[in-house]
Amino acid sequence: MKVHEYQARALMESAGIPVPPSEVIEVADDAAAAFQKLGGGKAVIKAQVHAGGRGKAGFVKLVDSSQEAVESAGWMLSNRMVSNQTGPDGIAVRKLLMAGAVDIAREYYLSVVLDRAKRVPVMMASAEGGVEIEEVAATNPDAIKKAWFHPHLGLQPFQAIGLAAAIGLRGAQAKAASKIMLQLGRLFLDKDCSLAEINPLIATPDGEILAIDAKFNFDDSADFRHKDVAAMFDPSEENPAELRAKEHNLSYIALDGNIGCLVNGAGLAMSTMDIIKLHGGEPANFLDVGGSVTPEGAVEAFRIILADDAVKAVLVNIFGGIARCDVIADALIKAAREIGFQIPVVVRLEGTNVEIARKMLAEANIEALKPAADLTDAARQVCAAV
Amino acid sequence: MSILVNKDTRVICQGITGSAGAFHTAQCLEYGTKIVGGVTPGKGGQKSEHGLPVYDTVYEAVRETGADVSMLFVPPPFAAAAVMEAADAGIRLAVLITEGIPALDMVKARKFLDDRCTMMIGPNCPGVITPGACKIGIMPGYIHKPAEKGARNVGIISRSGTLTYEAVWQCSAHGFPQSTCVGIGGDPVKGLNFIELLGMFEEDPETHAIVMIGEIGGTDEEEAAAFIKDNVSKPVVAFIAGQTAPPGKRMGHAGAIISGGEGTAQSKIAALREAGITVSDSPATIGDCVAKLLK
Repeated sequence: MKVHEYQARALMESAGIPVPPSEVIEVADDAAAAFQKLGGGKAVIKAQVHAGGRGKAGFVKLVDSSQEAVESAGWMLSNRMVSNQTGPDGIAVRKLLMAGAVDIAREYYLSVVLDRAKRVPVMMASAEGGVEIEEVAATNPDAIKKAWFHPHLGLQPFQAIGLAAAIGLRGAQAKAASKIMLQLGRLFLDKDCSLAEINPLIATPDGEILAIDAKFNFDDSADFRHKDVAAMFDPSEENPAELRAKEHNLSYIALDGNIGCLVNGAGLAMSTMDIIKLHGGEPANFLDVGGSVTPEGAVEAFRIILADDAVKAVLVNIFGGIARCDVIADALIKAAREIGFQIPVVVRLEGTNVEIARKMLAEANIEALKPAADLTDAARQVCAAV
Repeated sequence: MSILVNKDTRVICQGITGSAGAFHTAQCLEYGTKIVGGVTPGKGGQKSEHGLPVYDTVYEAVRETGADVSMLFVPPPFAAAAVMEAADAGIRLAVLITEGIPALDMVKARKFLDDRCTMMIGPNCPGVITPGACKIGIMPGYIHKPAEKGARNVGIISRSGTLTYEAVWQCSAHGFPQSTCVGIGGDPVKGLNFIELLGMFEEDPETHAIVMIGEIGGTDEEEAAAFIKDNVSKPVVAFIAGQTAPPGKRMGHAGAIISGGEGTAQSKIAALREAGITVSDSPATIGDCVAKLLK
């Protein structure tokens, strides 16, 4: 789960990480008061959306008067933001963050992620802040300093001091930065983050160290023990179909093609997309109904797939293990009756209770259903149908 | 022969009184697995619905039954603690089926296990099966073909559940029995990985070829490719799921995500081919590839 920058700031403040004062704006007229509250000097207004490319799209603006603040805020709240990450229709902006502009002497980068290969968290620091860290990693990997830390013990003070020194900080600045590192490492462990990133971490001309922008992602599996994190969830940022699928314990991701997929198991669902592409088709979605699928869940899966107007045919690929083929067959028949199949649905079933399922489908005699002999046959049929 | 488990393996089920634990214990018993007891804290002294003794702790269960393998169906909030208990009680192999365990819980559990002699399979996995001898997990037993003397047996390692069944099914259909099939799970931090299992299959005289099924995310397949090049003499067929997956989207499994330019199917396939491994282009031709190599 991702959260907005203003939420990330609040989280950092609560952990004791110094961030410049800021205000959240939802109505343009409030921008004037917020501007005055922040000192009436220069301020930055940033749209609070998860998509990147805000600056280029004009949704990050420097303002230096109340009037300008209200105008910029008004424009951002009434226009859709279009960037290379939003798609051509863009997205609506509901909240803005206004922060007092800070003079920057130097920008740094700081983050914590899980190192999958080493199976421990790693803190990464770099003196090249403000830019995409992937870019630094690709062009100048030595500029990224790393400290792996013990998941039970957390980042140790000596590691933080070492990292601060490694990115060129000295004296009081090194002390301030290492304190932030320890707090960020603690936050990562305490809140079950999958990413805790401060970019940039800055030094002001008078030597202060501040977190200017931050990005936090959280492990959805740990929601049960973090009600405060779960409360930061913003459903307006999610694809409505993906959200609806989640409510029914389905894992659905919308894609650009025209062949809908309904599969059990994530690996098989990915492979089903792959084999469609291999036979010249384009998958319209990834959909894993999971192992403990109910007939109601499977019917809902069909509703979600068929709600996408781009879908011209559907491929059902089920290898019954815990999920039983007869449950899927039952759902297919129910979906055919309740929703009606206007487009061909190619069905490949194998595994637990497959004979019962085949018999059920044959007896139901639904015209749109096309049984497939095996996976290759299924892919061929569905690609030929669009 | 086989790896990890065989007909003499004695198994307990942690979470035996829960619905999933009870159901799959019954399925495993029916397959012939020697499940000798179960553990549910607070229900010690009772009998499970299968008539098996239930213990409060793994320590008691091990002492009373002599079990050395545990199958875990413990809900996500308690799963990491349960696997650590199994390790502390001297369990040799913990098979953790549970899906949806917080990643940092597994990081901590792995650190705990690293100091002990316990191997772990999973989490978020179908389990392990030595066909005809011992099934520990949720896979449908009947699709497997027990290894035979004189036959060309295949060992299977996979990050996916249903895709493993697909590979098993294709091998069985081509007449190739399986020595052991291991689903290592779709989470980013897990127990046994490709490399350890490749090493075990290489040592196993009854395994003649290995199928490894990977997917997008992480660099396990690249590391496995390098390992195979130097250490595995047996033919290996690989398949990588997620060739058409978009970056930045988690494809069902917590571990299946392309991020920061890392973990693409293309880089994995290139590394595997570079190491001389046969990579099946289609998920439907894994069996065909095995047949070609074992002809």
